[in-house]
Amino acid sequence: MTQLIVMSAYLVLLLGLGLLSHRFFRGTARDYFLASHSIGPVLLLMSVFGTTMTAFALVGSTGEAFRAGIGVYGMMASWSGLIHSAIFFLVGIRLWAIGKRHGYITQIQYFRDRFESDTLGLLLFPILVGLVIPYLLMGLLGAGGVVRSLTRGAFPEVFAATQGGVPPWLSGLFICAVVLLYVFFGGLRGAAWANTFQTCVFMVTGLIAFVVISSKLEGVVAASERVLEAHPERLIRGEEITQLQFLTYFFIPFSVGMFPHLFQHWLTARSAKTFRLTVVAHPIFIMVVWVPCILIGVWATAAIMPDGSPVVPSGVPPNTELAIMVQKLTGPLLAGLLGAGILAAIMSSLDSQFFCLGTMFTHDIVTHYFGEARFDDRGRVRLARCFIVGVVAVTYLLSLAQPRHVFTLGIWCFSGFASLFPLVFASIYWRRVTRPGAIASVVVTAAVWLLLFQAGDYGGDRGYLFLGMMPAATIFACSLVTLVGVSLFTAPPSEKTLNKYFPRKQLGGAAVAAAAPVAGG
Amino acid sequence: MKKKAVYLAILVLAVLHQDFWFWDDSTLLFGFLPVGLAYHAVYSLVAALLWYLALVFAWPSDAEAFAEQAPEETARE
Repeated sequence: MTQLIVMSAYLVLLLGLGLLSHRFFRGTARDYFLASHSIGPVLLLMSVFGTTMTAFALVGSTGEAFRAGIGVYGMMASWSGLIHSAIFFLVGIRLWAIGKRHGYITQIQYFRDRFESDTLGLLLFPILVGLVIPYLLMGLLGAGGVVRSLTRGAFPEVFAATQGGVPPWLSGLFICAVVLLYVFFGGLRGAAWANTFQTCVFMVTGLIAFVVISSKLEGVVAASERVLEAHPERLIRGEEITQLQFLTYFFIPFSVGMFPHLFQHWLTARSAKTFRLTVVAHPIFIMVVWVPCILIGVWATAAIMPDGSPVVPSGVPPNTELAIMVQKLTGPLLAGLLGAGILAAIMSSLDSQFFCLGTMFTHDIVTHYFGEARFDDRGRVRLARCFIVGVVAVTYLLSLAQPRHVFTLGIWCFSGFASLFPLVFASIYWRRVTRPGAIASVVVTAAVWLLLFQAGDYGGDRGYLFLGMMPAATIFACSLVTLVGVSLFTAPPSEKTLNKYFPRKQLGGAAVAAAAPVAGG
Repeated sequence: MKKKAVYLAILVLAVLHQDFWFWDDSTLLFGFLPVGLAYHAVYSLVAALLWYLALVFAWPSDAEAFAEQAPEETARE
């Protein structure tokens, strides 16, 4: 019960923060959707980091380390540290400049204009929305598992089916309601503030969890030595992860370049320099969060209770390993605090994703096809709020279906986004990329993704590899080859469009505004 | 030149990710940290350092000026 009170208090605090941010709302659509480009370095770092770290980072990484060992860090975290920062630096700053100059709010607005193609926008919309929804589900499934495990035994009569734990349908409902309220009122500023607070909470509580759990296991040395005796295969990569699989995880973090919610966060930056802290600190933050989670997951394989039973029995439901460790090894107050930290990590992604989908429906469908002039600022904000409510409701209902492993669901979702990365990169750096090339690339990406997703039993086959590689490698390659091949065989884009995105340099030396280096044709 | 050196260092770091030499090594550094995990934790720190150098030597100074210029066409808002 104590755990539930602490977690509930945290959610109420979060709600208060969201409502407070509403007091700073300037009443304009630009302020609601982009916080008037006013976000500084610290808020940008925290909101971008909080958004990219999900249930996947905490709950999924611990669970996967429990099953596959330490290789999970090398596959996901260290690649992410390198590649995410590369994308913030090489793509994020450029898109911020283009977006600010041309007044974009959504990714699809940019692609539509960049490739002079309404068709491309129509094609991308269902794909991006379809990929964000599993990402959202990851959050809700992760949160449901955590709350159920942490509150086990609190309500033995009311929730007998879940051994007295709060069932996922109820915790999901509560979490959705809280996120919905602060995003509804606070807009993207509310999400950025909440993300900052939540990122602080989950980083601090994660470290506390690490210290407390390790002390309960008689110290870090004893905990690791126990693993060395009982499950040494968890301390190496060995047979669990192949060399090719490890290598081709390289492609997964490219997903960050195509997350529509991250595009929107980038546009909130006050200036290009605002990105500097994010570029440098992101890999460090990843390390601070992931290393303890991986160690806890590995320790869980050999941790035993005083009566000799395993702390985490084999065959526990997916995504519950971290919560079980916390619940069994710490007191109720600390378990509640750590539960709040896990919820913080999960909710700091949910809010941006809910908000982004609402923004996309508003701008990419309604105002685009019914005419921007028909909606004033207040009308657009009202419309977005209605869509956000709809998106939250649909996601919640979908989360009630049977869950897959958070980690596996995430990999497929990230693979889809990652395979669209050549499109965004070419749109910034390659003048010769064409509309048919872009459309063909998106179609091929979607088709190959669907084929492989089907072959992988729709996420059910957790170890699915194609030709021994992560499916993302094949989809990425198909996307890239199609983009380049079709572009080279079709007419180049109009001079007007190129001038808009690749401005010429003035004769006499000084650059007019070269947002992107001239490359290719 | 410095810009190219930074990008080259980042490429080298990407190659060094495939640490096959620690693949089956279960040594515990400081008695608790598996060497394969320690390597990649340090890898993250080196990545941060190299991106710091990229900010110093390869900063896209034109981006800010581009953002502030009025677009040729009417902005959306």
